Amino acid sequence: MIHTLFPIIIEISKFILFLAMVLVCIRIVRGPHAGDRVVALDMLCMLGVSVTALAAMSTHAIAFIDVALGVALIGFLATVAFASFIEHGASHHDE
Amino acid sequence: MMNELLLWLSAFLLLTGSLVTLIAALGVLRLPDFFMRMHAATKAGVVGPSLILLAAGFYEPSFSTWVKILFAILFLLTTTPISGHLIGKAGFVGGVTLWRKTVRNDLETVLPTHGFVELDVPEEEASAHADHDAVLPPSAQEAGLTDMMTRPTKARREL
Repeated sequence: MIHTLFPIIIEISKFILFLAMVLVCIRIVRGPHAGDRVVALDMLCMLGVSVTALAAMSTHAIAFIDVALGVALIGFLATVAFASFIEHGASHHDE
Repeated sequence: MMNELLLWLSAFLLLTGSLVTLIAALGVLRLPDFFMRMHAATKAGVVGPSLILLAAGFYEPSFSTWVKILFAILFLLTTTPISGHLIGKAGFVGGVTLWRKTVRNDLETVLPTHGFVELDVPEEEASAHADHDAVLPPSAQEAGLTDMMTRPTKARREL
């Protein structure tokens, strides 16, 4: 039973993640401050990790787990870089 | 039998993880304040991917998969607090908008800020402060959203 049910569950999961991505993208477009956009971008990277894990399940390719690890790493580095940019950019602008 | 049990567990973890991720995304969109949005993205945002990775581990159980998955989860759990702390400090210094119902700001005298912008101030003054925001000023739609979210609290306080 679960063998026939599982592809449907994967499809439902894909749809939910797509919905979450749309919501986060609305926040990226709207977000009043640059910090809001960076937070939404961090969330989008987490969603990317989820989607790659899901791709590993739906295509039976274990290598996608490595991709998920890489996406998580890139997301962390991007967030740190953007945070430093916002912090120092603001203080330089003030002087 | 054992295989089927693992598949059921995997399906449960998959659905739970995607629902938690959806709730996190909803929080990022709907919460009224930068710090609340950060809270949603960094707490629920790490649980959802971790659950989906665990689901992938139960779906294709092998030693190499589990090593990668546990390493990925450990990495997420280690880096998300760091990035959350950094982006929170950057937002504070960069002068994000605080929710107008905020009652207490302990960092006010500790960290030098770029200056907070209250949501209630007139729009031209607010857009003068928000220098990062040349494209989209804090619009009337945004204010309406915040107002809509806080209305139940207001009603309770009046009672």
